Amino acid sequence: MSTQTVELGASRSGEPPRSLEAPSLRIGERIIKALLWSAATLSVLVTTGIVVSLLIPSIAFFQQVPLWEFLTGTVWAPAFANPSYGVLPIVVGTLTVVFFATLVAVPVGLSSAIYLSEYASPRVRRIVKPILEVLEGLPTVAIGLFAFAVLTPLIRQLTPFLPWTGPFSIGVAGITVGLLIIPLVSSVSDDAMRSVPADLRQGAYAMGATKYEVALKVIVPAAISGIIAAFVLGISRAIGETMVVLLVAGAGSPVLSFDPTKGTQTMTAYIGSTATGDIAQGTITYDSIFAVGVLLFLMTLAMNILAIRLVKKYREVYD
Amino acid sequence: MSETAQSPPVIPIARAVQDRVNPVETDSANTFDLQNVRVYYGDMLAVKDVSMGIHHNQITAFIGPSGCGKSTLLRSLNRMNDLIPGARVEGDVLYHGIDVYGPKVDPVQVRNVIGMVFQKPNPFPKSIYDNVAFGPRLQGRKKNLDDIVEEALRGAALWDEVKDRLKDNAYGMSGGQQQRLCIARCIAVQPDVILMDEPCSALDPVSTGRIEDLMVELKKTYTIVIVTHNMQQAARVADMTAFFTVSANDETGSRTGMLVEYASTSKIFSDPVDTRTENYVSGRFG
Amino acid sequence: MSDSSDKPNLSDRVAMPARTRVAVGGAREVTEAMFSSVDRAKKIRGTIIAGVLLLGLSVALIAVTAMVVWAFIAGWSRLSINLFTNVPSVVNPDNAGYRTAILGTLYIIGGVIVLIVPLGVGAAIYLEQFANPANRFNRFIDLNIQNLAGVPSIVFGILGLAFIVRGPLDLGFVAAAGSLTLALLVLPTVILASREALRAVPSSIRDGSLALGATVWQAVSRQVLPAALPGILTGVILAVSRAIGEAAPLLLVGAVTFVTFNPSFFEGGYSTLPTMIYSYASRPQESLQTLAAAGVVVMLVLLIMINSVAIYLRNRFERTW
Repeated sequence: MSTQTVELGASRSGEPPRSLEAPSLRIGERIIKALLWSAATLSVLVTTGIVVSLLIPSIAFFQQVPLWEFLTGTVWAPAFANPSYGVLPIVVGTLTVVFFATLVAVPVGLSSAIYLSEYASPRVRRIVKPILEVLEGLPTVAIGLFAFAVLTPLIRQLTPFLPWTGPFSIGVAGITVGLLIIPLVSSVSDDAMRSVPADLRQGAYAMGATKYEVALKVIVPAAISGIIAAFVLGISRAIGETMVVLLVAGAGSPVLSFDPTKGTQTMTAYIGSTATGDIAQGTITYDSIFAVGVLLFLMTLAMNILAIRLVKKYREVYD
Repeated sequence: MSETAQSPPVIPIARAVQDRVNPVETDSANTFDLQNVRVYYGDMLAVKDVSMGIHHNQITAFIGPSGCGKSTLLRSLNRMNDLIPGARVEGDVLYHGIDVYGPKVDPVQVRNVIGMVFQKPNPFPKSIYDNVAFGPRLQGRKKNLDDIVEEALRGAALWDEVKDRLKDNAYGMSGGQQQRLCIARCIAVQPDVILMDEPCSALDPVSTGRIEDLMVELKKTYTIVIVTHNMQQAARVADMTAFFTVSANDETGSRTGMLVEYASTSKIFSDPVDTRTENYVSGRFG
Repeated sequence: MSDSSDKPNLSDRVAMPARTRVAVGGAREVTEAMFSSVDRAKKIRGTIIAGVLLLGLSVALIAVTAMVVWAFIAGWSRLSINLFTNVPSVVNPDNAGYRTAILGTLYIIGGVIVLIVPLGVGAAIYLEQFANPANRFNRFIDLNIQNLAGVPSIVFGILGLAFIVRGPLDLGFVAAAGSLTLALLVLPTVILASREALRAVPSSIRDGSLALGATVWQAVSRQVLPAALPGILTGVILAVSRAIGEAAPLLLVGAVTFVTFNPSFFEGGYSTLPTMIYSYASRPQESLQTLAAAGVVVMLVLLIMINSVAIYLRNRFERTW
């Protein structure tokens, strides 16, 4: 490769064979590859950082509060003169949010997905999908504010028979979180149903099945692992939602209660409201934020891994 | 232009001397010498024990049924197989006596010297000019770039059709034009060898005829190796033909390709030694 | 026979013996009759089900519309230029605005973009174009990114508090800490979106470049990346719009103070639009609630503008290979 000629017509058979060795060390290429590798590896450092930053204060916390007492205690009162660190009240708060969110997001998200995947024309999809994405992109603080100002009074008026007290309600917070995760549930299920191969669909139609029969009896069962993944991702998101819960369920002191009409704290709301106050580093209250963080991280980790497995399963079958 | 496509296939008289067939030692008339080449995908043996010599400035065709490993073998000549995770080549692939898989050999440089044209035309979503100028730009040949592009397009018999629309997107061309653009793009890199992996399988007969004419023209300058499904195509253009077949292993379910017979095209098509070759070229199998 | 149908069919176009023609026509009619005799009950049930599905879909659409309309109505009395020019205050709510919070958001988002574009796109390029997918470490990175995308945002706040505000980086409660925290939060989204865009470019483009003697980076930087750019850009914009509305992690890294001075990157307190809205909203005064709603309008307009760019890009450059 020493000489560069413009002519292409000359026969090359008489020339000595060309070298196959690299003309340069390609140092630039190597540096770039190393930089790209570092960017990819950064994500591992982020996870490590999360684990380390959660664990160190948590270890200090669990040296003072026994793990068993933390997990089974029914009184969460870290700020009191005689503090108590039983995590159950805020865990129940989180589970209540998840319950009501699922109640809203599963039927609505799934039916949106079935409609978009099996019924809607490409034109309708092109209009509706971006609107769903807008809902997904709405700031949670805005949704929380809306729910507090509009949804809470509305639901109260519709259900006067319920024992409403005070301005806050964990049940309404759950319903609002449900609205928030509809786009997530819908788009993941939609993807799963659309990756069901066309011949399965055509095969069912060829046997004389009607549209809804194809949708409900062929497509939904075929995409079921993806649809469950959508629910699981939605639950994971509901567990981690903070702003809506802070605004709608209030940041007041948590009581172990399953009553959806009352305000209470969730795990995220505890972290969010406690960390904003000026609490000294190294106190047990400060460390409790991280202990709750560990629990939160583990719960969502389990959900995420489950969802990733499920999605992988349907990808393996159909892709 | 279309005469070649419409005229009945004429089997060209092989220019190869019979004693060059199945060389064992490195022959100075050979561009490639393959010695016991085996290609694996993971644990699966895809091609087994191929030994053959590929001559300078000739067209060598690889023919055979699907799965016989002819494309795999072709891709091992310019190390395109490196891009498939788990692919590995054993035995010697010698280019003018240099081991293509030798420790000091750079696969990028290999592909500079040994170019490739793919089954489906794959122009870049850019202008015709930028497609051809891509290789020279990479090599730092930025002087006289217009001349280089023109020269390459002429070499691929495409210049007259596109000289007024060099800035147009290559996706606006017909399939046959796109494939000739890919050939132009390849020769602009100034390779020694052009590998063609079923270059006409996505094209109509007229475009196929033009590319076949072009191949015959190009072999004056380049050594050409072509994989084809189309036996008539091999008969029309190739000097040497290698027939491959495939055997399935019932226990593992894997399929392994192997070289059956390699000789001048006229011999393969008129007087094959192996009955499997005879059955295939006469259309009784495959 | 076929005369009854106005659609052109085989027996009209092709000359056939009379008996064949009768048979063909008969076969066609019977087949057509079979398709039109779906029973009435099934039809009604189908319509009802379609209606229910549509109802589900409209819940989501109604929620979006109601929210936007409510924000405009509730915040209407405060929508004026003062909102952008006045500083936050709780003492004098009628004259309070969002100036420092809007600037804070712009600062933070600027920092986020500077960080996530090279890191996110770089990681995506490595994973899609360089990494051997069979390699264990690369598979671990892949799984790790997917999981990070689902980690609650407040956990990133904890990371920011422990590692960026305090701990190793020790930046303090400054805008840079907020920026870095949000960048880490949306990084997985950018990586996943960029990977999707890169994967949508057919491998023949990459193989074609490599076969012409390009190195992997040359193939990526000159052919694959330009082709994937509109998709990557869309992903980045959507990630940024998520960062704009994010409040929870910022609560932990200091963005709650009522700052009356314009923020700086590495010094002094800062605030952002969503955390400022939260601060106003969590106080009981009526006028602060109105101010919060007006802040929502500002944020929504900003987001709708940004999202329209993303939608435009997608429709403009959508290419089927």
